[in-house]
Amino acid sequence: MRRLLNARPRGGGRLLLGLLPIAILVLVYLVASQARHAENPRDKILPTPAAMAQSIQIMALQKDPRTDRIPLVADTQASLTRLGIAVGAAAATTLVLGLSIGLLPYARAGLGPLVATISVIPPIAVLPILFIVFGLGETAKIVLIFVGITPFMVRDLASHVAAIPEEQIVKAQTLGASTWLVALQVALPQAMPRLIDSVRFSLGPAWVFLISAEAIASDVGLGYRIFLVRRYLAMDIILPYVAWISLLAVIIDLLLLTWSRTAFRWAHAPGGRR
Amino acid sequence: MTPALSFRNVWVEYGDHVVLEKVSLDVAPGSFVSIVGPSGAGKSTFLRLALGQEAPSRGEILLDGQPIPAEPGPDRGVVFQRYSVFPHMTVLQNVMFGARCDQAPFTGLLTGAKRRQAKAEALAILEQVGLSASLKAFPRALSGGMQQRLAIAQALITRPRILLLDEPFGALDPGVRLDMHELITGLWREHGLTILMVTHDIKEAFKLGTRVIAVDKRRHDPHAPQRYGSTAVYDFPLDDKQKTAIPREIAAMAGEV
Repeated sequence: MRRLLNARPRGGGRLLLGLLPIAILVLVYLVASQARHAENPRDKILPTPAAMAQSIQIMALQKDPRTDRIPLVADTQASLTRLGIAVGAAAATTLVLGLSIGLLPYARAGLGPLVATISVIPPIAVLPILFIVFGLGETAKIVLIFVGITPFMVRDLASHVAAIPEEQIVKAQTLGASTWLVALQVALPQAMPRLIDSVRFSLGPAWVFLISAEAIASDVGLGYRIFLVRRYLAMDIILPYVAWISLLAVIIDLLLLTWSRTAFRWAHAPGGRR
Repeated sequence: MTPALSFRNVWVEYGDHVVLEKVSLDVAPGSFVSIVGPSGAGKSTFLRLALGQEAPSRGEILLDGQPIPAEPGPDRGVVFQRYSVFPHMTVLQNVMFGARCDQAPFTGLLTGAKRRQAKAEALAILEQVGLSASLKAFPRALSGGMQQRLAIAQALITRPRILLLDEPFGALDPGVRLDMHELITGLWREHGLTILMVTHDIKEAFKLGTRVIAVDKRRHDPHAPQRYGSTAVYDFPLDDKQKTAIPREIAAMAGEV
């Protein structure tokens, strides 16, 4: 018989196989929810789809009379703004520091140890410091995300740039390129796809830091909302919110991947995989 | 006539490890000098010295009678065995890169007449190396031989005083290598190039060169192998490019490799 190693699912079978565990999970949830509600019709731990639909309607379609805004829209906007500013700043910093450390021996000697040191500090541990220094406003949350993801991204990009074959760097110089032109025309374009990848990987931790900061001190935001309604055991709101956050994460990831594939075609194999 | 490149009593030492000792060598303009030698004899050190990637511990290196700058520059072109083209640029962009550095030192981008002229030059060189059909391809889509053709075209656009080749055909299939030999010989004649090529292929060295330098250690201390460095042990000028039999001394050295 053929080894299991070599048996490959094809076409429709593959799709079906991927959907199967998800369908099972959903089914298990529905059965469990049904069972709990049979015992106690007011159960809050495993809300029924109908209850969730109703909560979604309240959160996503009706204005909150206190703020005169739709909660889901306000939360999403606030969270994405924080995430966007922080990740954007992290990417810009990474580009400058990563290229410098990767290309210039002086920058490597001067900044390498600092970046390495900062990257071992657990970011959540400095959150109190950020709150003390920047207050409880937007700045502290943005800085937390920034501090949380930048050191890793800088180290990743710097090692990627440093791994550009020396032959290429020497060749560029024999073609008359200055340090500036080597950075701009040789290293930067080759760093970009890696930076996009690095942003994609860092978005996971970035969400963690965002939600932590929002849980502790905020009055709007996706993380704030989840932790607020937790007090009322409002699983019917928490679960759709978690699903929404996951959907946002997937969309952002796909957008970044598409950007990398279209703008940096050379970095991706024709088949699509790197 | 001033030599295009000359090594004057050059030594390369790392601590007490002597890599090259007492190397003196003049490369005449228009000549095609091949450097051969066993692995680890310091052949590539010649190129690193000529490029300015490394400085000699003693002695001096002159380009057209002037001491060479201590870093690579457009007066010395180079083709390495691998990785000498830019993977993120198309074939045409790769060749135009030299012109862009020369004429747009800040942005690296050319516009208008400058761009048209650079493009015309690049197209002419690409025509000579036979890459006119793949102008918009990225290097990863090219075969090894085509990538080396591209690397040569790219190096020629700055009209270097000397072209340095570091095992340029070492990674290619034998058939492709023969095509490349024809190509480089043709370009050498047509452009009046001065070439210094390092190779471990002795046949190639004799076939292409107008002069072959063999590099090896003259002295050897079995208890301290690092004590003595390599130098030019044989120097064969091949007048009229008579491709005669490979001299016995060299063949013997090849056997040692």
